[in-house]
Amino acid sequence: MSEIRVQLPAHLRQLARCEREVQVDAEATQRAVLDALELRYPALRGTIRDPRTGVRRPFVRFYACEEDLSHESPDAPLPEPVAAGREPLLVIGAMAGG
Amino acid sequence: MSGVRVLVGTRKGAFVLTSDEARRDWQVDGPHFPGWEVYHLNGSPADPDRLYAAPSGGWFGQVIQRSDDGGRTWDPVGNDFQYIGDPGTHQWYDGSLRPWEFTRVWHLAPSASDPDTVLAGVQDAALFKTTDAGQTWTELPGLREQGNGPKWQPGAGGMCLHTILVDPADEDRIYVAISAAGVFRTQDGGKNWQPVNKGLLSGEIPSAAAEVGHCVHNLAMHPSRPQTLFMQKHWDVMRTDDGADSWREVSGNLPTDFGFPIGVHAHEPETIYVVPITSDSHHFPPEGKLRVYRSRTGGDEWEPLTSGLPQENCYVNVLRDAMALDALPECGVYFGTTGGQVYGSADGGDNWTAIVRDLPAVLSVEVQTLP
Repeated sequence: MSEIRVQLPAHLRQLARCEREVQVDAEATQRAVLDALELRYPALRGTIRDPRTGVRRPFVRFYACEEDLSHESPDAPLPEPVAAGREPLLVIGAMAGG
Repeated sequence: MSGVRVLVGTRKGAFVLTSDEARRDWQVDGPHFPGWEVYHLNGSPADPDRLYAAPSGGWFGQVIQRSDDGGRTWDPVGNDFQYIGDPGTHQWYDGSLRPWEFTRVWHLAPSASDPDTVLAGVQDAALFKTTDAGQTWTELPGLREQGNGPKWQPGAGGMCLHTILVDPADEDRIYVAISAAGVFRTQDGGKNWQPVNKGLLSGEIPSAAAEVGHCVHNLAMHPSRPQTLFMQKHWDVMRTDDGADSWREVSGNLPTDFGFPIGVHAHEPETIYVVPITSDSHHFPPEGKLRVYRSRTGGDEWEPLTSGLPQENCYVNVLRDAMALDALPECGVYFGTTGGQVYGSADGGDNWTAIVRDLPAVLSVEVQTLP
């Protein structure tokens, strides 16, 4: 377990009533970080991934360390700088707005 | 002090418009949920300070927000809408079959007697219910499981359950409308349903008088006459006087019988309102003139209402849930447009003013008559 930094888009910050960047104490995988994020901010349940299947919503992407992690396994280790808290995991709304 | 609270859902948030009984001066509050598409928000008849809203979006899905103070503050509640069992398939636009998939909430209908109980109509078409003020939602699957679902198909906005009318004399008697499936009725609180579309004729389906497949756009009921319903269909304005056992056309002298919303005067059960729209492809008013049509005879004979509405170069649309009527002694009528205007009339439609002119495209309008 370590402190993982997560940055959220405006819609989700509004919903969770939080700052752009939050920290959660979790294993350094997508699934564990999102579990911890939803536990701390229940209003985010269902907005990033399906609440039953855990599948990422189609217009949501995950970036970190200038890499697109959207299609990584949810149980794959996050990059070391994210696990070490030096870089954030970015939750991004896909560029589909014009 | 009595007054009204107009609840406006738009493509980019929700707005709450309030005024006293005179309905001349308005306070505009919003946007709430900026950036979210708010297909609908509605107030509880049992507790006017209890409101429910359904913001959604393509990126982050559906959320439900609840207010306990008349719309000043909101809190997210439950947003898990799961079909019960195998949801099966419905028709896609080309007639092929697609599995049911939840997309969004189109309409919220709070109970007349319990502020914690709400029905929600969703896309793909189904009916959900909460009895804990929105924390959890449970499908009433009998509607979807009648066996005719494979004949339902989406309208232009998706396959949506958009209208919910509960008989005020018998809460177990509920009517819903689905585009494009038709009207369905339950008499046991939602366990068993039957299609009630006899008399509807729709050229867009293989058999014009089919049991299901009709693109019903909106329904309205006066609480004193729950056996009488009025319908704006894709084409045709219809009415029933036998609880939807049979329908007859009352389009009469309308300039076009295509349109989306229909409403009933609060004190005159035979006075109804529609907004004729040129066609199912144009989606703007005939001749560039925005006209509400009123019938004082329950249909057939209609008069245009134009005072205060643009009568040239107007090419907005008025969507199915974007008209509402208050219950003040002089009945007020309100509607919103895809151009972002919300018009109001404090005299039953004789004269109109724009309450606001430049909101995002209006998706829904509801009004609460405050004590």
